[in-house]
Amino acid sequence: MTRELTFAQAIEAALAQAMADDPRIIILGEDVHAIRRNLYARFGERRVRPAPISESAFLGAAVAAAMAGLRPVVDMYLVDFLGVAMDAILNHAAKVEAFSGGNWQVPLVVRAACGGGYGDGGQHEQSLWGWLAHIPGLSVVVPSNPADAGGLMLAALEHTGPVVYLEHKLLADYWLEFLGSGGRETVQYDVPARGARGPVPDVWRPAPLGSATIQRQGDDLTMVSVGVGVHRCLEAAQDLQAEGISAGVIDLRSVAPLDRKTLIAEVSKTGRLLVVDEDYESFGLSGELAAVVLEAGLNVKYGRVCTRETIPYARAEEDKVLPNKDRIINKANALMG
Amino acid sequence: MLRSRLFEKAVQDLWDQGKISGEMHLGMGEEAIAAGVVCQMQSGDAMALDHRGTPPLIMRGVDPVLLLREFLGRPDGLCKGMGGHMHLFVPQELAASSGIVGASGPAGVGFALAAQYLRPGNLAVAFFGEGAVNQGMMMESLNLSVAWNLPVIFVCKDNGWAITTPSPQVTGGNLAQRVEGFGMPVTHVDGSDVEAVWQSARTAMQRARDGGGPTFLLARCMHVEGHFLGDPLLRIGRSPWHEIPAMAGALLRSMARIKGASLRDRIQGARSILDMILGSNRDSLARKFDPILTSRQKLQEQVELPELENEVRQEVEALVATALGTL
Repeated sequence: MTRELTFAQAIEAALAQAMADDPRIIILGEDVHAIRRNLYARFGERRVRPAPISESAFLGAAVAAAMAGLRPVVDMYLVDFLGVAMDAILNHAAKVEAFSGGNWQVPLVVRAACGGGYGDGGQHEQSLWGWLAHIPGLSVVVPSNPADAGGLMLAALEHTGPVVYLEHKLLADYWLEFLGSGGRETVQYDVPARGARGPVPDVWRPAPLGSATIQRQGDDLTMVSVGVGVHRCLEAAQDLQAEGISAGVIDLRSVAPLDRKTLIAEVSKTGRLLVVDEDYESFGLSGELAAVVLEAGLNVKYGRVCTRETIPYARAEEDKVLPNKDRIINKANALMG
Repeated sequence: MLRSRLFEKAVQDLWDQGKISGEMHLGMGEEAIAAGVVCQMQSGDAMALDHRGTPPLIMRGVDPVLLLREFLGRPDGLCKGMGGHMHLFVPQELAASSGIVGASGPAGVGFALAAQYLRPGNLAVAFFGEGAVNQGMMMESLNLSVAWNLPVIFVCKDNGWAITTPSPQVTGGNLAQRVEGFGMPVTHVDGSDVEAVWQSARTAMQRARDGGGPTFLLARCMHVEGHFLGDPLLRIGRSPWHEIPAMAGALLRSMARIKGASLRDRIQGARSILDMILGSNRDSLARKFDPILTSRQKLQEQVELPELENEVRQEVEALVATALGTL
């Protein structure tokens, strides 16, 4: 770890390294000549291909292109827009390997920006990783820092099946600039500094899918999250320490496959599980983690801080609805009580 | 039209000041299209709006103060600060918007379906851009509206840009012929000419009310502020010495890396990035498509324009002050 990159630079560097090594990798999606202009300038339009606003066609096409030998990276703009093209993911990309008796794989990366915190409304700020991870046959990764962002991109590209790669807009500066500030200096965002920029390896290696990292050790309580939520947990853990509470933080990195082993090992030490999930609360990641520890036979105290409703457009209201440090600390104290 | 333009200029100022968050897609440049269609709508007619819903809603008579408070994210806004400018809903006017490109197609069809059952003689209008006509749901909606003979007017605001991609580069064939292939009449109209829009819309709306089925209005227009406020292409055009150095370093470094496309392809790529920037700049300067300027020229000999414009300006200033609570 000798150099520092931004979250966005890390993804691009890893992707460029992979594209240089593997001519089967192509990028396609709306506006990619502009959004991926550095890769477009280097690899040309044959490898970085702008598409019409036809998500169901180009995502559906990418599934079959992957089956036929290409390794497409499909840029979906926002994860919310997957709604338009969900059939390609739900009924095709995720199913082909199983339907073919394991004889045919879909090595596809679907890349999308996710998450809120910049006042763009509930049709542009969702997380949806739980909704996606619900589908068997799909991998879903959510990096929280530049090193993982690059490593998980390589892992996604090397994986034999479909991977949804979600980059949070508070971490990827170009998305925040494009959709949030638009070049204004009159707006501020709560960007986790350690997530937006950080040390990365000189040569990229894949970070394994389904492998969580322990971001902070703790004896009293285990907090689990992905993406920006990891940083909110770390901020809360810092404050909790001052109150004499030792809170650990696990970064799942991938929602599917899920690293059950690390989760169970850590929670069995503390006896308390607090899930912080920017995705919707009901029927999602937070409930799944509770099921995992129950199935393992652990007797734990459990709490969750998630998004319960449609994300409001108004910044002040949005801040209350998305998981924040105060809500995490309150819930942690409740679990300790 | 002028009220809408000045209102959106005020929105632009508040966005610049950081009082409005996120993206802001203005309808500046689309006013003549909205006016020519919306002023002929009747009680019980419905509107399916895209992410540029402000001009049609103002012209439909929705209180601009409520709109502005919504954009400011206030609890006393049109949708209590929950929706923002891309998600505006006015049940009394059967007006609903969406930030998903193409979604106004099925919504327009659905509003028309309800009219066919519940409000004979009423119709639905769907507003969208030419980029949306490449969406599956839009093409399916065109077909459905013909198959079910629905009273819906598809109003395509063609500015030539699909977000930041020139539409012709990602569109096969000719849009009008494509739509005609569904068995629907297409009317071409200059979207900066409100009279022409009014005439075309009048025929189409009468046809729909009489049970004659859908019509597609293809109206050429321009966007004064690009795709949205802070559009990177316009920013580069407007302050190149600030924007280009920030972008060029990474671009040139990436272009110079070994392994990649041939030199010819790389130069071709750089050229199309340059064309994209210059093209968008030319578009923003295409003043002949600005409906406000066009209308001014037409009207100046017939009415006391300065007086009228002053009146509208004062009206908008007052409503902005009311919305901000500074009155």
